Amino acid sequence: MAIQQLEGMNLSQAIVIDTSKDAVEIMGVSKIFKKSKPLFRWPGRVQKEEEKREVRAVDNVTMSVKRREIMGILGANGSGKSTLIRILSTLLIPDTGYVRIFGYDVEKDERMVQRIINRVSVEASFFKKLSPMENLLYAARLYNMPGAEARAKIRSILVRLGIPQDRIGQPLENMSRGMQQKVAIARAFLTAPIVLLLDEPTTGLDPRSKIDVQTFVRQLREDHDATILITTHDMDEAEALCDRVAIIDQGRIVAMGEVDELKRAAAERMERTTPVTMNEVFMHYTAAHLITDADIERYGSWEKAFEALEAQKEDEG
Amino acid sequence: MSSLLHQGRASYAFFERNWNLSKRYWAWEVVWLVYNIVNAMSVTYIGKAAQALTHTKVDTNYLVLYLLIGTAVWSYLSVTFEGVTDMITIERWEGTIEHTFMAPISRFTHLIGSCWYAVAHGLLFTFIQLIVVAAFFNLDLSHANYVTATFMLLIGSISFIGFGIGAAVLPLLFTERGSQMSYIVRAILLLISGVYYPISVLPGWMQPLASVSPATYVLEGLRAALQNNQVIWSPEIWSYTWPLILTGVVSIPVSVYIFRFAERYAKRTGKLKRNG
Repeated sequence: MAIQQLEGMNLSQAIVIDTSKDAVEIMGVSKIFKKSKPLFRWPGRVQKEEEKREVRAVDNVTMSVKRREIMGILGANGSGKSTLIRILSTLLIPDTGYVRIFGYDVEKDERMVQRIINRVSVEASFFKKLSPMENLLYAARLYNMPGAEARAKIRSILVRLGIPQDRIGQPLENMSRGMQQKVAIARAFLTAPIVLLLDEPTTGLDPRSKIDVQTFVRQLREDHDATILITTHDMDEAEALCDRVAIIDQGRIVAMGEVDELKRAAAERMERTTPVTMNEVFMHYTAAHLITDADIERYGSWEKAFEALEAQKEDEG
Repeated sequence: MSSLLHQGRASYAFFERNWNLSKRYWAWEVVWLVYNIVNAMSVTYIGKAAQALTHTKVDTNYLVLYLLIGTAVWSYLSVTFEGVTDMITIERWEGTIEHTFMAPISRFTHLIGSCWYAVAHGLLFTFIQLIVVAAFFNLDLSHANYVTATFMLLIGSISFIGFGIGAAVLPLLFTERGSQMSYIVRAILLLISGVYYPISVLPGWMQPLASVSPATYVLEGLRAALQNNQVIWSPEIWSYTWPLILTGVVSIPVSVYIFRFAERYAKRTGKLKRNG
């Protein structure tokens, strides 16, 4: 058994990581949400309404992620990606199954798991009146980092992510969404997590910022042996960054493997001799509607066409 | 030792964050302070008008001071309660609640860390309010014992924190109007604790409820301190102190337990996620 004592994290003095184990183990996890009941309803409609009230966000998901692996989770809006990330983040309790992070159960060993993970959500959640320094100092103290050390580290990470020095003390509400998202990423990197959960971290960022973030993610893996789970809509990003990807649709994992493996499998199923793109792989596994050149021209880009057609599908459903 | 240091640091994180928020929302702080002062003056003027209203001889100084103490305790209770329930409400509003709830700290540290700023904030507001309002009424405070008064407020804070944590469960569970629902706790305390009148005027069935309200003992203790110059170690002050210690010792762990239970429910039903 390979044992690693974590370094560089004030919190982790008592945590021993068995590096021979999978970093993340998800086994038969399901999560159903129930909408609240109306106060008054017709007696005959009870059965039908009960069924409608249930939303199966994650449906019997089983997967594992190896240490130092970058795993992509691809899915449309409402496919269950964020719910899965929330379960891993100890923010949701699964209805069935279990999740273990380096052997620690997210429900039973909640505090241990919280010490070794961090998460970036799609919306940059901050006290918007406070500055990046004030927000990150708050986060650093929660993760047991002394003030002086935290200030130096915060400044260094923010500058590396391209936040100008003179903006570090200014309120976040005056920053663009892209800049706010970079601060959110800096907050997660600050605690040097060994498992990093990134929920659409580059949504809304310009191409240069996306590359900055991707470089930083790779660097975190190289410097800290971090394991990274990233959800994204961006197929290019998934292809560039991920060792493996899982495609999730209506709460179920419908395909999983290395990008090239998935492309080959999709090409065979589609009976294609020419190479397929990741977009096509994704569409193949998740959507009934194949996006045409005319759709792309109509909506402006593949992603926009995909979003529009998915919304159309949801409306029809 | 390392864990204690961590929890201490985390507790300070909440204090520092709330102090930074108060600085950034300074205009709101000023408005709220003025609102409290104006409110206290409106109530206290009733005491000054008593003689003119009833056409009988009344001890106006006593009545004004009686009401002034009531407004001070009510203001302190409101500011402290607001600070405690705000720890959930403001995080929902800003969308940071998930980030705070996934931090590796105990819920006790989270809740207490948020509360001690509320106490300091409440004490400062009450002190300023008392000075400003007292200046309008030319009060005789020659029998006032300020050390005992501060002591009573501090001891009362323990119970107020306990009740506040219990009330903070409402914004945790009811995403849209939970914060407003917590007003009911304050309103009941206002009714039963004898803030502006002696408990004896309440209906018989309601009077026993006053004995479980910490505000009752804080008010009695403050009146004894500011009107009768009672020292901390006097038997009268002790008779108000021990129920407050008891209420505090019971209410904080019970409230933290209830909060943890509610947190688990929120994590099962996905209620942490919604920014209401």
